[in-house]
Amino acid sequence: MLHIDNLHVSVADKPIIKGLTLDLPAGQVHAIMGPNGAGKSTLSYTLAGRGGYEVTGGTATLDGDDLLALDPAARAAKGVFLSFQYPLEIPGVPALTFVRTALNAQRKARGEAEIGAPEFLKRARATAAALKMDFEMLRRGLNVGFSGGEKKRMEIFQMAMLEPRLLILDETDSGLDIDALRIVSEGVNALRSEGRSMLVITHYQRLLDYIRPDRVHVLAAGRIVASGGPELALELERDGYDKYASAA
Amino acid sequence: MTGLRDALLTRDETRLPGRRDEDWRWTDLRGTLRPMPVLSEAVQPLAPFDAPQGVQVRRFAAPATAGTAEASLSVAAGETLVLLDRVEAGEGPYARDLALHITLGEGATLHRLVLAADSAEAVSMSLTTVALAAGATLHQTVLATGAKRQRIATTVAHPGGGAHARLDGAYLLSGARHSDQTTILDHRGPGGSSEQLIRGVAADQGRGVFQGRITVAEGADGTDARLKHNALLLSGRAEIDAKPELEIYADDVACAHGNTVGALDAEALFYAMSRGIPEAEARLMLVEAFIGEIVERIGAPALQDAARAFLADGLEALRR
Repeated sequence: MLHIDNLHVSVADKPIIKGLTLDLPAGQVHAIMGPNGAGKSTLSYTLAGRGGYEVTGGTATLDGDDLLALDPAARAAKGVFLSFQYPLEIPGVPALTFVRTALNAQRKARGEAEIGAPEFLKRARATAAALKMDFEMLRRGLNVGFSGGEKKRMEIFQMAMLEPRLLILDETDSGLDIDALRIVSEGVNALRSEGRSMLVITHYQRLLDYIRPDRVHVLAAGRIVASGGPELALELERDGYDKYASAA
Repeated sequence: MTGLRDALLTRDETRLPGRRDEDWRWTDLRGTLRPMPVLSEAVQPLAPFDAPQGVQVRRFAAPATAGTAEASLSVAAGETLVLLDRVEAGEGPYARDLALHITLGEGATLHRLVLAADSAEAVSMSLTTVALAAGATLHQTVLATGAKRQRIATTVAHPGGGAHARLDGAYLLSGARHSDQTTILDHRGPGGSSEQLIRGVAADQGRGVFQGRITVAEGADGTDARLKHNALLLSGRAEIDAKPELEIYADDVACAHGNTVGALDAEALFYAMSRGIPEAEARLMLVEAFIGEIVERIGAPALQDAARAFLADGLEALRR
């Protein structure tokens, strides 16, 4: 699925990711944990193709395709989905219109037929219900006037509608209370499948109680400095990131 | 305020306003109309096309070379008029000057939508003067796609007395098109209100101009006047010039004006692209949403539909 090899990324000429290597096989969920400033958000933005993140070395491929050569929209059509830490508000574009436009653009890019309005609405209703979202909210401007928890739920809604193959969750738990965290996690867990991989980026172990990872990696100073099973997350929660500061 | 009409009728090009005239420095006609075109015919109102029910439609053709038209219209006390003015684009270069004088009686309401289409080589001027009576309501929306030089000017004589004027507008400019929306709101008596929201988009080498002057005369106490102009520059060679002005001689007034000019929000663009929407489409979507707010504010549904169709064509031109 996702293969990152010796990746180097600079932001405003400052190296942030410094030789990161990671293999994420199909169907697996890997957590990336690390202290603030380790490069967690830089990694997620680089994989999604945001401007200003300059790849100075290394490769990132999705099923053998060079991700880094594609623009963000083309990456999305290949199946990449980044769930934003701070989802944007887009006044004037109803959430449903936004998602349908995105879905049909992806389908078009993949040479698939567009989804018709009735089928789309049926799916949207079912998905919103599963996430306990008020369907009427989806007719309003995307994320406009939404609470932090509602915005995160909207991200999961989009994820469920777009059915990506590679999910990158960037600090999805930030700003969520326990109830919202549970609903969002259930939404994510419902998407776990053999053909779908997830990269769960988080500072705290809390989210991993709900979304159980197959592997946990510690990111410090721009590199993976330790990897292990789910127990590594508990160890980090107990001991903190101090011992990896020297390793980096 | 428009010198094109005088110049055309007298064939005296020294009457053309130019860049040295303060109110015309961004819409220079003297340097543009050279030689002066010869008056070909009066601009004839065309037969209205399939007008939506309850909407009065007026269409203005483009003259072969140059033409002027002047008309008056009044809405009687307590009456409501829904008016669609369509200024049709002609071919090639022409000069057109339209003047309309509107009077609203006490408690009268006018919903007016102006759809200003012109050829890229046209010089097209229009001036609307509106005289409001107490308790009258004016809701005007101007949508423009520019010309070589295009100005749509509106002056409102506002008596206060609970009357309300809303002057909204939007311009969508591509190629080397220019569009100027100029408003003069003259609050002359106490207890009046006005609001203006103008949104503009300039791509390529487009040039957008907004001039909005609000005067609140001595004694026009309690006036509430608000004006906002927001513009997007979609290219490094596009230009926006804005001049909001407030002149206040009364007490206890609430006046506000805001003006912003910027690029499309790069974060929003990345967000949309990260969901699979290609860049060109994402840009158009954000532009459409930006301008769309103007359409949402139109009170008459039939006018809203006409505005949407016009903007769809304007957006299509941006895509090319």
